[in-house]
Amino acid sequence: MSNKPDAFLRCEGCKKVLFSKEFVKNLRVCPNCGHHYRLSADERIEITFDEGSFVELDADMKSEDPLQFPEYAEKLARGFASTGRNDSVVRGMAKLGGFPVSAAVADFRFMGGSMGSVAGEKITRTLETAIDERIPAVIFTATGGARMQEGLLSLMQMAKTSAACRKAYDAGVPYICVFTDPTMAGVLASYASLADVILAEPKALVGFAGARVAAQASGGQKLPDNFQTSEFAYEHGMIDAVVQRKDVRATLINLVTHFTGGKHG
Amino acid sequence: MAKSWMEWEKPLLELERGISELREKQKLLPPDKAAAMEAQIQQFEQTRDNYIRVKYGRLGPWERVLVARADNRPYTLDYIRNIVTDWVELHGDRRHGDDKAIIGGVGKIGNRSCVIVGHQKGRDLKERKFRNFGMAKPEGYRKAIRLFDMADRFGLPVVSFIDTPAADPNLESEQRGISEAIAAGMFKMFSLGVPTVAVVIGEGGSGGAIGIGASSRVLMLENAIYSVIPPEGCAAILWRDAAAGDKAAAALRLTAQSALELGLIDEIVPEAFGGAHRGPKETAENVEKAILGRFDELDRMSPDEIREDRYRKYRNMGVQIEAPIGGRSG
Ligand SMILES: [Zn+2]
Repeated sequence: MSNKPDAFLRCEGCKKVLFSKEFVKNLRVCPNCGHHYRLSADERIEITFDEGSFVELDADMKSEDPLQFPEYAEKLARGFASTGRNDSVVRGMAKLGGFPVSAAVADFRFMGGSMGSVAGEKITRTLETAIDERIPAVIFTATGGARMQEGLLSLMQMAKTSAACRKAYDAGVPYICVFTDPTMAGVLASYASLADVILAEPKALVGFAGARVAAQASGGQKLPDNFQTSEFAYEHGMIDAVVQRKDVRATLINLVTHFTGGKHG
Repeated sequence: MAKSWMEWEKPLLELERGISELREKQKLLPPDKAAAMEAQIQQFEQTRDNYIRVKYGRLGPWERVLVARADNRPYTLDYIRNIVTDWVELHGDRRHGDDKAIIGGVGKIGNRSCVIVGHQKGRDLKERKFRNFGMAKPEGYRKAIRLFDMADRFGLPVVSFIDTPAADPNLESEQRGISEAIAAGMFKMFSLGVPTVAVVIGEGGSGGAIGIGASSRVLMLENAIYSVIPPEGCAAILWRDAAAGDKAAAALRLTAQSALELGLIDEIVPEAFGGAHRGPKETAENVEKAILGRFDELDRMSPDEIREDRYRKYRNMGVQIEAPIGGRSG
């Protein structure tokens, strides 16, 4: 999706020509085939949280390219150019139906939403803020997994964010994760799978390894058509619900209302 | 780029074979002739030692990848055989089945009963298949979680031996939730009030490794590797060339020496002269000493202190810049 205000666009899913205005009004979901387009972090924030309630935190946090990894500095610069952000995760305070929440939203356009030190630190702070303020944490994922350009430091972000999930769990703080396209590998195998409630947008890619690696490892077995989708994860009991984009906000408000309304805590 | 560790091990193995043949011959000789032969043998031994010193004294990252994966390197069960007494292996996750790629049980290290889990690779083709090449499925992580829970309730420390190329990414693994199983492994480990020590003995293969490796202390053998992605996979993605694994191995900084420099592990455990495969028993004794040293250190803490210490350790991992100018955390 480009941002230039063309009047029409052709859907990637069904190839039908759509009115841009109608498409944007429909939360960037094709009104014809239901294809959910990826959203930028700002678009996601705008359609999810109470109007004007999001206050960003740690916006200036940046990667230091600790391994001096080949071509990493250029990729970071490109990520900044395409998103205006310093890394793949945007975090802050927000409100959902009037309830304060600690929120984080990933932007896939920044190096495929990958998790290095910055994303790991921001997710950890999102959970810690939730614990300190005794409010729910709400995280939207959109990621290819751990960021290889930070080597073992990225792998350790899996442990770090999982440690924060354990702290939130022990503190009795609700944590809701919403999988958007794609939610993969090192992120799926850490904080994303440790939420109290997991929602996913329809047909998001959700899986451990890339499709080719998974196919190879499965030998001659035929993979189901919905392999590594939200629907596959749902069918196997790995997530609570597949939710249409238009219903995500209302579902989150319901959950937050229930979880903060407990009288026996 | 060396394709196999045999490229430099082969001449060495031939030399070693020659020396032992000479030693056999020497035994049959009368004392005076045996003494004359001694000087010659010692010269060969010196040549061997020099070769080992030169080669193993400066293994590059890619060569360490090959050594870490070598098919004659000691595996988890070899360490258990060498340093664990009264070993009782325990099986099954009580949900689906028993994973042969992650073994677990209770035994004594030093004089201390502990829970031990570890990835297990196979040595010949049949055993390799039986162990699924050390690639665990969800039930492997769930068996480990069951044992972690037991350790916590009975106040036993936990030792994890890490040696896996990766978790199994196949269809069954996805159906049964491999990602959740790995995440749940770490989640459980962060709840434990007992000392937990991980030793990377061979390959620390990304999520498959950390799923049983989020321990209070993490040790690595001198020639072990620990990486977020296999170097060949990294090369394939970055340069569309899986053969550039050596370049990726260097960029990923996956050696024990780099991990220590980055502050991500606590200690490097020395291997026997010429690699763990040349002295499995000696290497295992070094591992035992290192584990017991870490138990001593962690024993001084209460369960709450152990949890807090572990949280702090991982909480501080990461390198990032906070303010636009100056100011750095991590
Ligand atoms: Zn469409």
